[in-house]
Amino acid sequence: MIELIDTNAAGIAAEFVASRLRAGSPAMSMVMTLIIVVDEDEAEDAMRVARQASHEHPARVLGVILGEARGTSQINAQVGTGAGWTGETALIRLKGEVVRHAESVVLPLLLPDSPVAIWWPSDPPENPAADPLGRLAQRRITDAAAASRGKGKAIHLQCSSYAAGNTDLAWTRITPWRALLAAALDQQPLKVSGGSVTAERISPSAELLVAWLADRLKVRVDRKNSRGPGITEVRLETKEGPIVISRRDGRLATYSSPERPDRPVALKRRQLPELLAEELRRLDEDDVYAATARKLIKLYPS
Amino acid sequence: MTDRVNPLRDPQDRRLPRIAGPCGMVLFGVTGDLSRKKVMPAIYDLANRGLLPPGFSLTGFARRDWANEDFAQIVHESVKQHARTEFREEVWKQLAEGFRFVPGDFNDDTAFNTLRRTIEELDEVRGTGGNHAFYLAIPPGFFGDVVGQLKEHGLAEAAEGSWRRVVVEKPFGHDLESARELNATLASVFPSGSIFRIDHYLGKETVQNILATRFANTMFEPIWNSNYVDHVQITMAEDIGIGGRAGYYDGIGAARDVIQNHLLQLMSLVAMEEPTSFDAESLRIEKLKLLQSVTLPRRLDLTTARGQYAEGWQGGEKVVGFLEEEGVRKTSGTETYAAITLHVDNRRWAGVPFYLRTGKRLGRRVTEVAVVFKPAPHLPFTRAATEELTHNALVIRVQPDEGMTLRFGSKVPGTQMEIRDVNMDFAYGGSFTESSAEAYERLILDVLLGDPPLFPRHAEVERSWQILDPVLDHWARKGRPEPYESGGWGPSSADAMLARDGRVWRRP
Repeated sequence: MIELIDTNAAGIAAEFVASRLRAGSPAMSMVMTLIIVVDEDEAEDAMRVARQASHEHPARVLGVILGEARGTSQINAQVGTGAGWTGETALIRLKGEVVRHAESVVLPLLLPDSPVAIWWPSDPPENPAADPLGRLAQRRITDAAAASRGKGKAIHLQCSSYAAGNTDLAWTRITPWRALLAAALDQQPLKVSGGSVTAERISPSAELLVAWLADRLKVRVDRKNSRGPGITEVRLETKEGPIVISRRDGRLATYSSPERPDRPVALKRRQLPELLAEELRRLDEDDVYAATARKLIKLYPS
Repeated sequence: MTDRVNPLRDPQDRRLPRIAGPCGMVLFGVTGDLSRKKVMPAIYDLANRGLLPPGFSLTGFARRDWANEDFAQIVHESVKQHARTEFREEVWKQLAEGFRFVPGDFNDDTAFNTLRRTIEELDEVRGTGGNHAFYLAIPPGFFGDVVGQLKEHGLAEAAEGSWRRVVVEKPFGHDLESARELNATLASVFPSGSIFRIDHYLGKETVQNILATRFANTMFEPIWNSNYVDHVQITMAEDIGIGGRAGYYDGIGAARDVIQNHLLQLMSLVAMEEPTSFDAESLRIEKLKLLQSVTLPRRLDLTTARGQYAEGWQGGEKVVGFLEEEGVRKTSGTETYAAITLHVDNRRWAGVPFYLRTGKRLGRRVTEVAVVFKPAPHLPFTRAATEELTHNALVIRVQPDEGMTLRFGSKVPGTQMEIRDVNMDFAYGGSFTESSAEAYERLILDVLLGDPPLFPRHAEVERSWQILDPVLDHWARKGRPEPYESGGWGPSSADAMLARDGRVWRRP
């Protein structure tokens, strides 16, 4: 890590090239730029997550810490390559007036032509697509479950400001549930007449799952509370009997379906690096999420 | 099953993985290397990634006095040692309830009766729905016995709405005739669409990427022909010897072991025309068409080479020669290195030789396809300036360190005008595949899904033998393999073979 004090975008860019040359390999095989907008105390964790995700998606990772917006501008940066990274990384600390113009620092540091993704590990802007940094990216990743304020409403806020390219890790978290439910109806093409999702009281993922099921199945899906962790049961009613996936411990679920024996199925709650890696796998608009977000707003008008 | 559309599926929803339907697998030859190092870990990895259906069951069949728990123990050890993904108790629990073991011989009727009852019981308590794949991880000599038994005990017939499939590994015979016999044996019991031949090379990401590179881009295809390509080298080098496989290898040799399947499959992917789509049938048509236009040169003595490793030093270790390996006949004429020249008689490739080579105990372990281009028609530089410029090349590295290398001339900085080869590397490993699946995961999942694009069909296998058989006959008639020192790049006759054409082997 090279520490740059009172620098600018050109200084950081020059250091990227210099450290590549120092490492003896001027060639790059990075496939995208990942911007992380983060607070000072969360920065280390977020960069660690990005490092793990970067094994699958070598990226130039730009951590941006927005400091106090008053006073004279100062840009400090830690720039590095290698050591557990498959790409390059810079942790950029902004202070003073430049905080309001963070995009001017980030824009020159984007890799030519390659896609740009942005991730807010905790509190995202209310409208990510309108955010100056958010506008630079084609993939904008928020995490309603990590909101520090207004947690109960966070996912509604994100759904109502949905724009093409937005996505939320609460949505990513339910991919295994959705896969299992879809597989259940592959195996037994039964007509579903209703359903329910049981989860801890505040669970953006559960709201999304309700919206998705209601949207796809065109039936009423109830939301029930339990003590968690996360989603504990999904139930689909059919004439032949219910299809139930219940998971008490956040790890191993029981899968029950009509006229079939109950079976255990691993359904572990996934960690952030896995979620982020899934999110970066496809960078085009997620139409299914778009439809689900619309449905969620319809189901729970605020 | 009905044609009703699953409302939870949406073609736009590409996050949702394909999960195999309810099914089970019966594994013959559970104690072999293949089962323990590849098949069992791949099954665990699939379960860990949530791609196996709840209730998936694995039945072992072997001549061992084991109970279900003993078998589970074997799988547990293999998974702990060889699985790619981390070991998780809950995934293990999901799998472990579905382990069964049936002890017995391949000609033991009682054992196969037990097997049938076991499968029926699994359909009952695990909901496998009558769908079962039989994985024959056993020497091909036993295929006949096993499939015969499967047929006799009604295990090969699927009830309405369910399936039975059989999975076999190479070698698919040792010449055209034996390949036909083998196929006849399998085909007498299973319809051709239910026979899955595993060539694990085709499950590798980089091999699938050959098609993406060629057909998703504009910049490669225009030069992918005899106007620009000088020749193509396909190499599969191993640094190890035959290990403990003398019994299998002696009498088989490098050409049968590697060229007939892996290298010819690689060649067909590199050289074939664009398929109309990427479904199994279209791919098969193009691959087969390419193989059908492959011809051998007339003078096989000048255009092929073979060798046998002698003692030497490989990577810092002293190693013995092939003839000194345990279990190898002292007079063995089996080759451990084989190189052949092939031509493709079509408009695209006329006049472009394809050199295929493979060997054991070579310099290092590497598999690659090098497309070597013709020199520029005119060089407006002095001879001295371009002395160190060779041919441009595009190298597709299949393993290890999967990726692509582009080799081209560039000016040496600081000199007046001095042009030298430089390499531009795309490390696929770093870029995408670090956490991507093993070939076996992909292939086993495809078997369970019934998705056949990545499996060679019988016609391709037969055609490959047709190509290779004249070479094998020629070798059997004349001479012996030339000894080559372990740890190098093969016998001098292989270098001479290319030198006759005015070319050299790449040092991979």
